[in-house]
Amino acid sequence: MNYGISDNPRHVGLELGYLRTLQCVEATLDMDQKTLKKLVESISNTVKNFKKSEVECLVRLFHSLVERANVRLNNLGLDRNAFGAILHSVFGMTDDMLMNRVFFVFDKDHNNRINVKECVKGLSVFLRGTFEEKLKFCFEVYYLNGDGYICREEIFDMLKNSLHQQSSEENDEGIKELVDITLKKMDYDNDGKISFADFEKAVREERLLLEVFGPCLPEAKLCCPRHKSVNCL
Amino acid sequence: MLKNFSGKGEQTVLESISYTSDYEFSNGCRAPPWRQIHGEICYVLVKPHDVETLCVTCSAEGVFLNGGKTDNEGEINYERKGEIYKDLVTFLKEKSAKFSENMSKQEKRFSDEKEKKEPTNEPPEKEEAAPVQKALTGSGKRTLEKNQINFGKSQMTKRLEPSLSWKATVRFKEYRSLLRDPQEEKHRRRPERSGPPVKPGRAQLVRKSNEKIEEIISESSSESEEGEEPLDRQEANADLPSEYWQIQKLVKYLKGGNQTATVIALCSMKDFNLAQETCQLAIRDVGGLEVLINLLDTDEVKCKIGSLKILKEISHNPQIRRNIVDLGGLPVMVNTLDSPHKSLKCLAAETIANVAKFRRARQAVRRYGGITKLVALLDCGKSSAEPAQSSLYDARDVEVARCGALALWSCSKSYTNKEAIRKAGGIPLLARLLKTSHENMLIPVVGTLQECASEENYRAAIKAERIIENLVKNLNSENEQLQEHCAMAIYQCAEDKETRDLVRLHGGLKRLASLLDNTDNKERLAAVTGAIWKCSISKENVTKFREYKAIETLVGLLTDQPEEVLVNVVGALGECCQDYENRVLVRKCGGIPPLVNLLVGVNQALLVNVTKAVGACAVEPESMMIIDRLDGVRLLWSLLKNPHPEVKASAAWALCPCIQNTKDAGEMVRSFVGGLELVVNLLKSDNKEVLASVCAAITNIANDQENLAVITDRGVVPLLSKLANTNNDKLRRHLAEAISRCCMWGRNRVAFGEYKAVAPLVHYLKSDDPNVHRATAQALYQLSEDADNCVTIHENGAVKLLLDMVGSTDQDLQEAAAGCISNIRRLALATEKARYT
Repeated sequence: MNYGISDNPRHVGLELGYLRTLQCVEATLDMDQKTLKKLVESISNTVKNFKKSEVECLVRLFHSLVERANVRLNNLGLDRNAFGAILHSVFGMTDDMLMNRVFFVFDKDHNNRINVKECVKGLSVFLRGTFEEKLKFCFEVYYLNGDGYICREEIFDMLKNSLHQQSSEENDEGIKELVDITLKKMDYDNDGKISFADFEKAVREERLLLEVFGPCLPEAKLCCPRHKSVNCL
Repeated sequence: MLKNFSGKGEQTVLESISYTSDYEFSNGCRAPPWRQIHGEICYVLVKPHDVETLCVTCSAEGVFLNGGKTDNEGEINYERKGEIYKDLVTFLKEKSAKFSENMSKQEKRFSDEKEKKEPTNEPPEKEEAAPVQKALTGSGKRTLEKNQINFGKSQMTKRLEPSLSWKATVRFKEYRSLLRDPQEEKHRRRPERSGPPVKPGRAQLVRKSNEKIEEIISESSSESEEGEEPLDRQEANADLPSEYWQIQKLVKYLKGGNQTATVIALCSMKDFNLAQETCQLAIRDVGGLEVLINLLDTDEVKCKIGSLKILKEISHNPQIRRNIVDLGGLPVMVNTLDSPHKSLKCLAAETIANVAKFRRARQAVRRYGGITKLVALLDCGKSSAEPAQSSLYDARDVEVARCGALALWSCSKSYTNKEAIRKAGGIPLLARLLKTSHENMLIPVVGTLQECASEENYRAAIKAERIIENLVKNLNSENEQLQEHCAMAIYQCAEDKETRDLVRLHGGLKRLASLLDNTDNKERLAAVTGAIWKCSISKENVTKFREYKAIETLVGLLTDQPEEVLVNVVGALGECCQDYENRVLVRKCGGIPPLVNLLVGVNQALLVNVTKAVGACAVEPESMMIIDRLDGVRLLWSLLKNPHPEVKASAAWALCPCIQNTKDAGEMVRSFVGGLELVVNLLKSDNKEVLASVCAAITNIANDQENLAVITDRGVVPLLSKLANTNNDKLRRHLAEAISRCCMWGRNRVAFGEYKAVAPLVHYLKSDDPNVHRATAQALYQLSEDADNCVTIHENGAVKLLLDMVGSTDQDLQEAAAGCISNIRRLALATEKARYT
């Protein structure tokens, strides 16, 4: 069986082809057409960025992924590893920590499983999100402890691997300074941490800061432009 | 220096090395002056052991292989044949394996030698730094020298290898024995050095911090540094601003960080006031430019965007522009133009627009294929021609085209680039963009057209693409800058008659006339008056301008305006005054006094136009009275002494109507002390226009018998006779007129014959110009009063030609031809009679 593109995780252009092979897979699934339709209907009501046909595609895709990942527990969804593998192979993400964080953001109900609704919803931001949606998504990825702020320690954690070839001592020093630079730039209210308002203001001023603490969105060329139909998947 | 190591032996690095020329210019260069402007310093013939002789150019840019000696007289073919290397040693290492092998041995030997020599070296080193500094003249040489010094220091600090700098000291010592002239050493020094890429300022910074350096460098080398220090101080202030350190830190993250850290550092750097010179230079001095340019070579879109955003800002600084070009920034930027990301394209084009403000940069853009790519950016139209599918995408396409036009505007200041833009199909695209209504798009588009319209090819294409219509339309815009560039483009194009008509047909004249009312923006006023000047070369346009009351306004602009405006205003008035009605109008508006006042200026272009305008006014007797009263004739006369031939000629032309229309012209002319002598001496000029105009002036002067006598005494006859052998019809006509007028005095007729002016005159009759015929026939008629001249005229076969001219419709010509023939005939009869009696 063709498992998609796992041999070549960085090859982003393969996404479409990859998904297309999965269609064959889902065709073999004995999914109840009625359930599917209902599911698609309900998701479509909440997710505006995809057409109904696209949602249907994604739902089927999700099921095939779940099956392949061999974690089919009452249709509960993907666990962290399976999801991480997808992020890596399809979207070319490499940073484990950030992948985990993306997982948590997708997993709205915090049950450590991404179900079909969460997946489609997450992907809608991931692939088609408006600027505001992406802004919110990135912010959620970057703050973890749930207090609504990105604090100094979190930034340090996220940036700690961002310098090459230095001893650990020098590295720590360098990262600390980098954190200071970042805070100086983004912490508008000078409270030592970055609130959503800070984040939004900084990113609006300079778009490059959207993924300031590491890549957590697919690369621009991967995103399907709105006018191109996912139908072709 | 390398000479020392040349020879036949295995151990030497080269077989021979020598300059191509022994002559050295005062600034220390051996390149001829016309090559020095390209930054070339000298040419060296190098013969390595394993390769044939190489002819090498050393220039401010670096070292490259040139076309070698050509066959004739040892001339050098200056064309660049190979890549540019940063110094001679790298160049030779590339070309000759043996050289690079032996060179490394030599280096080793040097550092050994140093151990012994070190103590004695320090004093001479210091002494030498001074003359070297003095030798710096051109600013180009100056930066070059700075690079060398910094180069030396970066060797020390970067490689952390004291021996290298000692080597430099040792070398100094050796130069002294080898070459006597310290200036020469300076230029030799450059090719000698080898090592890491130049990082100007980096070393300097480290030295200022004064901490690491002491750990690294031994005492002797920091000594040698002292000698060079004053040079650096001139550039950098003693106290470095705090930005300096912050920027240095950020550059460190750019170098050592991953994509995330890089983006943060870039964004943070962007927050500095990049318009400020300290920040711009700080980025350069801490080696930021190299990193920023390297980032453009990566695949990370975000880093590229961030880097270009900074480069775009700091490239407003002329020094930074040069550094960017030196570091090879242009080829990567040109490649970035191919990116699918529109924002990246825009930024790259905008940065190129900033960088390409000097010749070498423009050349580089072209050489790396940038012109074609920039022209391609202009082609955004496909989607905008259709009904807009999404305004967002459109806006971005338009932005791409705008940036492309901006870059082309900068590039279009070089002649070759203009050609390249045309060949890449830029004109139709520019024409299409001109139809849009985006103001900030129109300005660069019109700017490019205006720049390019200096070329004949373009003017033809502009006509063919019906661009004039749109230029006129955009004159109506509210944007002053746009108005200015449109007017400027019209000014350039309106040399052509059809274009002038087009401007009128599209209603541009009225707009131009109305734009005269706003005089605050001088650049725009200059452009508008320029357009009016060129348009008023057509009579129909002058009529229109009179209708729009532009002439009165122009007269009002004769005072209190900068010269650029005055040149055009006076030029326009000069054209307008070819019409009788306008002459009266100018006089009535009080235009003559300011015009006469302008005769005392020094601006050549202005003087040419003023003399022409005054001359045009002088045709009208009443105006002439005013000119005379204001002593305008004397001023015109003194302009005959102006060094520029164009001014001389124009002044002489203007004098003609003045003399014609003054009552006591003879008296007036005599009153100018030395004036007549001056005029006669101008006949020795070698400028045809000056000669023709002076002949015309002499014709008028000679109307007065007394003056004619004076100029005859001054030797006008031989001088005129000398000019007789010419093919220039304008000169022929006025010369013939002058000769015919001068015949009226004494034995001048005979004298013209003696000076052999007669025979060439006969040949004028074969010219195509009827004016020449008339003037010549009249001259021959006068000359034929002398028997010897008659014989000459007859011998040269004039009779048949003159007989044809008797049949001319031109009465004066008829009469003169007939008179001449009758003189010849009479002489023949008289001879016959004499023979028979």
